[in-house]
Amino acid sequence: MKPFSIWWKRLFDWLPAIVTIVALVVAWEVLVDVLDVQRWLLPAPSVIAAEISDEFGFLMKHARVTLSETIVGFAFSVGLAVILASGIIWSRTVERSVYPLIITSQTIPIITLAPLLIIWVGTDMRSKVIVIVLFTFFPIVISLVSGLRSVDQEMVDMFRTMGASSWQTFRKLMIPAALPNFFAGLKVAAVFSVIGAVIGEWFGASAGLGWLMKIAGGQFQTARIFAAIVVLSILAMLLFAAVVAIEKWVLRKYPPTADRVIRLGDS
Amino acid sequence: MSSARPNTDTRANDGALGIAENALVSVSGVGFDYEDAPILEDVSLTVERGEFVALVGPSGCGKSTILNLISGVLSPRNGTVSANGLSNRSERLGNVSYMQQKDLLLPWRSVAENSRLGLELRGVGSVESGAAVAELADSFGIADVLDSMPWQLSGGMRQRVALLRAVLPDNPVLLLDEPFGALDAITRRSLQQWLLNVLDTDNKAVVLVTHDVEEAILLADRVLVMSSNPGQIIDEVVIDLSDAEASGDLTTAPDFIELKKRILSSLDDQETVR
Repeated sequence: MKPFSIWWKRLFDWLPAIVTIVALVVAWEVLVDVLDVQRWLLPAPSVIAAEISDEFGFLMKHARVTLSETIVGFAFSVGLAVILASGIIWSRTVERSVYPLIITSQTIPIITLAPLLIIWVGTDMRSKVIVIVLFTFFPIVISLVSGLRSVDQEMVDMFRTMGASSWQTFRKLMIPAALPNFFAGLKVAAVFSVIGAVIGEWFGASAGLGWLMKIAGGQFQTARIFAAIVVLSILAMLLFAAVVAIEKWVLRKYPPTADRVIRLGDS
Repeated sequence: MSSARPNTDTRANDGALGIAENALVSVSGVGFDYEDAPILEDVSLTVERGEFVALVGPSGCGKSTILNLISGVLSPRNGTVSANGLSNRSERLGNVSYMQQKDLLLPWRSVAENSRLGLELRGVGSVESGAAVAELADSFGIADVLDSMPWQLSGGMRQRVALLRAVLPDNPVLLLDEPFGALDAITRRSLQQWLLNVLDTDNKAVVLVTHDVEEAILLADRVLVMSSNPGQIIDEVVIDLSDAEASGDLTTAPDFIELKKRILSSLDDQETVR
């Protein structure tokens, strides 16, 4: 009885999203039909669905390539961000020398850099990983630094009066306190990493969904482009869901101070 | 409550090194600035082993700053501070117990894990520190909640845990900064009584900061009254309630009320000066 009602509640929570999506898809289908839009210009949802089911194996083969690039790139990005954020927290010199550089790196349109990266390191996975890292380390660094700095000065002083070393304060106080912010950055980066992989593939690859979209675009196979977009969205959502699942598991062990969702408008 | 021992005016002790050597806490001629504004000017006080001293004064008079100086969190502009024989500021960190007004419990740690934090930071293993917590949990009234998380506890219970955490490393100097300031009046009364029973004050020097004059009289052997802008010690009142204790209810005893009047008038004097 109870699991049943939980499922109903979940379905009810998702209902607004489901209704919105269904309404949009129906409107799209109807408009394409009524206005007689050419297939190569904008295929109807039914055509895209047919493309996905017809070419499922082919799409999955390229999705696997993109997914592995994404995961490797994301992992490198998290590693780099943790090192940079820790350095910024530990040393004022590191902060002063590295922080402006990090911000400058984000003002470079990475799309213009991607073709150069292909020339420098080749068309293998490395160029995609570099693009993903450039694309995603920034939100993680920013959120992690602000998380580590979110600790109350009183808490830090309390640790000091107990004779804690800097390392003990970092490990037992600052890291657990930074986790909610850290995961906020991770969630943004997880979605961005998929986009980074596609940009990397766009400029030089022999496989992957980005490469597939570029080739299909040249051949006016618009339905295939949309099919690839659908698969990419699902990939990004799965990655996001994975990060959320890890977040829930970790924050159950290290609950943050404010254990509630703040939403303006609810009275 | 041990009866107060005779003590001379603290300002007369300036530079008297003999006194400082016997005392567990010794603050001498201390000044402290915060962002170029003088917070404390020429503050001197000593606390001996077995003595419980309360600092009362208006908010912003620098009461808590004195505790931060004694604990080693802050350095004075001039003057000397020593606690437990340690006059080097950084050596005092970790060797003076300090309980703040906020409980500052880590939300991701259970009551037992929070209580043993001080021992853990000293490198005491979890088995040994866990045993130390278990030993005192009963008298601190938290034996039933050792596995609970801080958010499940009432304000009074959280303060008990915070006090246990401060006391467990067993430093001879204990600083209490408004330990019950955030609690309702009823809980505060019962915890004040409880504090006297649970603390082994005979071997400690305790400094309590409070704005509650009754709390100061109830708990302390000696009350130092402070003024603000800049913070200075302007009066010292020795608390001897041995007659009143015999009569039952302390807070309505004539001696108690007399002491309260005396301290409040000291506070009022400088209130009008401002």
